Amino acid sequence: MLARDAWAELRGRAVFWFSTAVLLVALAMAAFPGLFARLGPNEACDLRMSKRGPADGALFGYDLQGCDYWSQVVHGTRASIVVGVAVTVFALLISIVLGLIGGYYGGVADALISRITDVFFGIPFVLGATVVLVAFPDHGIWAMTLVLVLLGWTTMTRLMRGQVIAVKDMDFVAAARMLGASDRRLMFRHILPNAIAPVIVVAMLNVGNVIAGEATLDYLGVGLQYPDVSWGLQLNIAQTFFAEHPHLLVFPALFLTATVLSFLMLGDVVRDALDPRLR
Amino acid sequence: MRYAAQRLAQAIPVFFATTFLIYTMVFALPGDPILALAGDKPVPEQVLAVMRARYHLDEPLLVQYGRYMLGVFQGDLGETFTGQPVSELLQDRWAVTAQLALTAWVFELAVGVGLGVLAGLRRGGAADTAVLAGTTFVIAVPVFVVGYTAQIVLGLNLGLFPTAGTDEGWPGSYLLPGMVLGSFGLAYVARLTRTSLVENLRADYVRTATAKGLARRRVIGLHALRNSLIPVVTYLGVDFGNLMAGAVVTEGIFNLPGIGQQVFQSIQLQEGPVVVGVVTLLVMIFILANLAVDLLYGVLDPRIRRARA
Repeated sequence: MLARDAWAELRGRAVFWFSTAVLLVALAMAAFPGLFARLGPNEACDLRMSKRGPADGALFGYDLQGCDYWSQVVHGTRASIVVGVAVTVFALLISIVLGLIGGYYGGVADALISRITDVFFGIPFVLGATVVLVAFPDHGIWAMTLVLVLLGWTTMTRLMRGQVIAVKDMDFVAAARMLGASDRRLMFRHILPNAIAPVIVVAMLNVGNVIAGEATLDYLGVGLQYPDVSWGLQLNIAQTFFAEHPHLLVFPALFLTATVLSFLMLGDVVRDALDPRLR
Repeated sequence: MRYAAQRLAQAIPVFFATTFLIYTMVFALPGDPILALAGDKPVPEQVLAVMRARYHLDEPLLVQYGRYMLGVFQGDLGETFTGQPVSELLQDRWAVTAQLALTAWVFELAVGVGLGVLAGLRRGGAADTAVLAGTTFVIAVPVFVVGYTAQIVLGLNLGLFPTAGTDEGWPGSYLLPGMVLGSFGLAYVARLTRTSLVENLRADYVRTATAKGLARRRVIGLHALRNSLIPVVTYLGVDFGNLMAGAVVTEGIFNLPGIGQQVFQSIQLQEGPVVVGVVTLLVMIFILANLAVDLLYGVLDPRIRRARA
């Protein structure tokens, strides 16, 4: 019922369709960059063209190495999307498991989980990630994912636990328990579906935040390294030449912002649709 | 009072666990700082042993950590591998970061709450739409892009602010970096204030107050706003710690000699003692800010105080 109402509400929102469209394009670019880019990553670069602005045959101009900037920016999509989505999915799984255990059983398990959450919540994001990433210099996209999951599972876990606690005392849960449902059935059949909606919303917002965070680490020079291609790396190089060659900054920043913005807007409209109080 | 004691009792183990985790991350990860100190030259075994003993690197990690924390509580953050006391290295830098974070924080508080109230009072109006669109945009643009765009446009091209460094002192040199650092939090505060105010304006107690014949200003200012600011206070408290830590990026862009810049250099040089010193103090600030917020919470909302005590 709630899902159908929410869908009816979403269908009428222009913002919903706009952000979905942007995200579909971004997903397509991440999955099949060859459909969009003329050249492969770091392919056919010509140093004589270094930092040249947009011109015929090169819509976005050239980067520092003289590679076609449009192709480079398109290839940068994959890193952002993969890290953003993978980190959020793993963090969501952790938060579902820990939130259910802590919220449902309470007692020692809950206290332990809550304190561990507090500990990880207290680590500053940029500094914590930098410490780990500098210690392992040869990290790729999956090591980045691991580090970002490690530092980013706490918010959703806290929310999930709170939701489970709120739902588990409701009448329908008590009714199911009296009918003899097992703990596991109660948790996954009855509590989880009714507790997860706000967590899903935060997860959508989280994808945007993770993408921005990954770009920040690349920008600081501790994230992905050449020959990887990512928007953060492009922005890192752009900072030195930005004043004279603004196209180096503008294009990756535009793609990055559009992607992050779409995830945030999608999260916002879904939240509005799921929350009948705001109607 | 019991509530305060309970929260304190929870915060202490969290503090030690977090700092121990940081300590382990920094010192247990690969890379031998003593070998790094010597560069490419081979180091005799005896020298290595002496150096390791001097910095207690030959003891179990837990003992090292205990020794370190004892020092921290006496104001001693240890020394770098080149023999300089860490606290001396950071002495002048704390002031820079604190001024920066405070500027950003005041900016968030004043402008964020202002915009949030403006939007929340007329939900669906032009101001509301503008604030919602503007804040979503600010949240979506990474801080470093905001940073150097502002630096070039407002600093270099328009000449409104100094572009880098701390030559003009506070507030001149800190205004632009502060606004950049606070932009993300500002957007968050504005949205939080708006949502919270919208919900409270519909609450029964607001209708009762209006029905009693109170002036609209009084209803909003005294009743609705006060309750609406509870989640905002939480966010602002947590965010002060975030601002101190987030200064890494902003200080880099605007070349402010604060702890963020120092700690970033130290991480790359594998100067463990400096990193641990700074992060330990940051965690302490973060936990204290959270604690202060929780206590303030009780003052603002008597229900919380009674329910949890």
